[in-house]
Amino acid sequence: MSAIELRGLTKVYPGGVKALDSLDLVIPDGEFFALLGPSGCGKTTLLRTIAGLETATGGAVVIGDRDVTGVQPGARDIAMVFQDYALFPHMNVTDNIAYPLRIKKVARATRQQKAAEVGARLGLEQLMERRPGQLSGGQQQRVALARVMATQAQAFLFDEPLSNLDARLRLEARTFLKKLQHELGVTTVFVTHDQAEALAMADRMAVMESGHIRQIGTPAEVFQRPANTFVAGFIGSTPMNLLDGVVRGDTVDVADCKVAVPESAEGLLRDGEKIVYGVRPEYNVYSAESADGSLGGTVSIVENLGATYLVTLDVNGVPVQAIVPEGREPELGDEGFAVPRRDRALIYRDGELVSA
Amino acid sequence: MTRFVLRRIGFYVLIAVLLAFFAVPLLWLASAPFTSDPTYQVRMPDFTSENFRALFDNPYALGSLWNSVLLAAGTAALVVVFATLAAYALSRVRLPGRDALLYTLLLLSSIITGTAAMVPLFQLAVELQLIDSQLGLILILTGGLLPAAIFMMKDFMDSTPKSYEESARVFGATPLQIVRHVVVPLVRPGLATIAVWAVANVWGNFLMPYLLLSDVEKQPAAVIMYTLYTEGGQANIQLLGTFGLLYSVPVVLMYLFVSKKYGFRFHGGIKR
Repeated sequence: MSAIELRGLTKVYPGGVKALDSLDLVIPDGEFFALLGPSGCGKTTLLRTIAGLETATGGAVVIGDRDVTGVQPGARDIAMVFQDYALFPHMNVTDNIAYPLRIKKVARATRQQKAAEVGARLGLEQLMERRPGQLSGGQQQRVALARVMATQAQAFLFDEPLSNLDARLRLEARTFLKKLQHELGVTTVFVTHDQAEALAMADRMAVMESGHIRQIGTPAEVFQRPANTFVAGFIGSTPMNLLDGVVRGDTVDVADCKVAVPESAEGLLRDGEKIVYGVRPEYNVYSAESADGSLGGTVSIVENLGATYLVTLDVNGVPVQAIVPEGREPELGDEGFAVPRRDRALIYRDGELVSA
Repeated sequence: MTRFVLRRIGFYVLIAVLLAFFAVPLLWLASAPFTSDPTYQVRMPDFTSENFRALFDNPYALGSLWNSVLLAAGTAALVVVFATLAAYALSRVRLPGRDALLYTLLLLSSIITGTAAMVPLFQLAVELQLIDSQLGLILILTGGLLPAAIFMMKDFMDSTPKSYEESARVFGATPLQIVRHVVVPLVRPGLATIAVWAVANVWGNFLMPYLLLSDVEKQPAAVIMYTLYTEGGQANIQLLGTFGLLYSVPVVLMYLFVSKKYGFRFHGGIKR
């Protein structure tokens, strides 16, 4: 078990595509770390570069205290679960789990015993004689996990570990993975394009966009205080309201309404400055009556999210979304008002968060 | 309705005639060896063993079948090993001009064991002292079959997902271990295909062994069959029929065996 450190890591593909642009990142020992971003942002390339399946063009990868930048994948003491699991179809579950030990020339009896142990821990006892083709998606995933556990590597790398499971199983697997990682305490990096997955599982996460890391932080930090408008728009199951506004003293003019300057930006704004006012629908308090500093308009869409409703207000031509608890949802065409919470609203100047 | 029936009847009669055209020679091959005094006609066999006795009296007949087995097995083994390694490398390593190289090889390979290269090949074999040697013949046949085999194998290799190998690589497997543990089991049907194809090719090859082996003791069945004449210079139908049967049985058996044992492909372990 050990930390992973990236120093100025750069990857340029032949043809000049810059997949990773001088990344610096430290993942402490035992952390469950998520690499999050839209497809093509370089997150999978980053994972594969840590694994050694891609060679870095510049910079260094340090695992433990060892610089492994030029080291073969097999000598890095890491283990990886691939997106498609890549279980060997001609081997049964036991042989699959024991394969890393076979490479390390562990005696047959020992590795079979070890495979049985790890398999039992993941509830695979009944399946040890089966071939991967005879297993369900969730079972295959557990075999793939068992196989990396058998390596006793210093760090685990998961490439989109949940993307091949159906929605129901995905939730189960999410909980299971988080618990397993916590119990094992092995430094684990996983890649995902699903922000909910990253928020739910990771201890900390990095949000990536076109080869750059746009923000590093705990899920709470990233969710509550996105460092820039890209992260703000990407994180959250309903995207943040990002509204163009102009600063007027203690208030901001947004869509012909006046809202208060958020706490986080107090004293940091110049009068008359053009900014972007950001507030999550969850932090927009909806009411049917006009209030000070509210965004008023007509209800144009009401979407059922289960226990809550996502209400879209048409505020002088600008759509503003708010989350409303069940039972209090308005009718289409009603007049409604959204009051942003001052402690949660954010101001972005040139796409970057304004804060002390 | 009647027109439909008539058309159907006409169709099946046509099919029957066409099939008979192919079936009669096979029928002849099956019956002639067991018929006394066989002719070109297909007759009800009287199950004599006389023809086989006559064939076994020929000093070279059985030995030549064994020679055929040796040549075919040797060539198939070499072709499979080299084609697998070459195809794996060509499939996984990005080489400039790789496809051009493959197509050129394929084009030239039809020349190597073809009539055009007879004289130079003979010269080469003489210079290397590989003339009249079964090993030399195996090497030359292998050379002729390899390009097409590599071409076919590469197709099989290309269709196996890379993540199997990357997975093994991350666990620390060396390239040769990856080939042995992962790639070969995955492309087994491909290996079987190449092996069968190579055996069938060598088994039926007349020109190369006729050219390069002068010792009758070393010649394979395809060449020995050419010597089965009566004293009068007529084709010896008694021996030809019997030998023809023995000559074809191993190939048929091989097809049955291989398709039973390797005629499937492993699936799963990759979620699509």
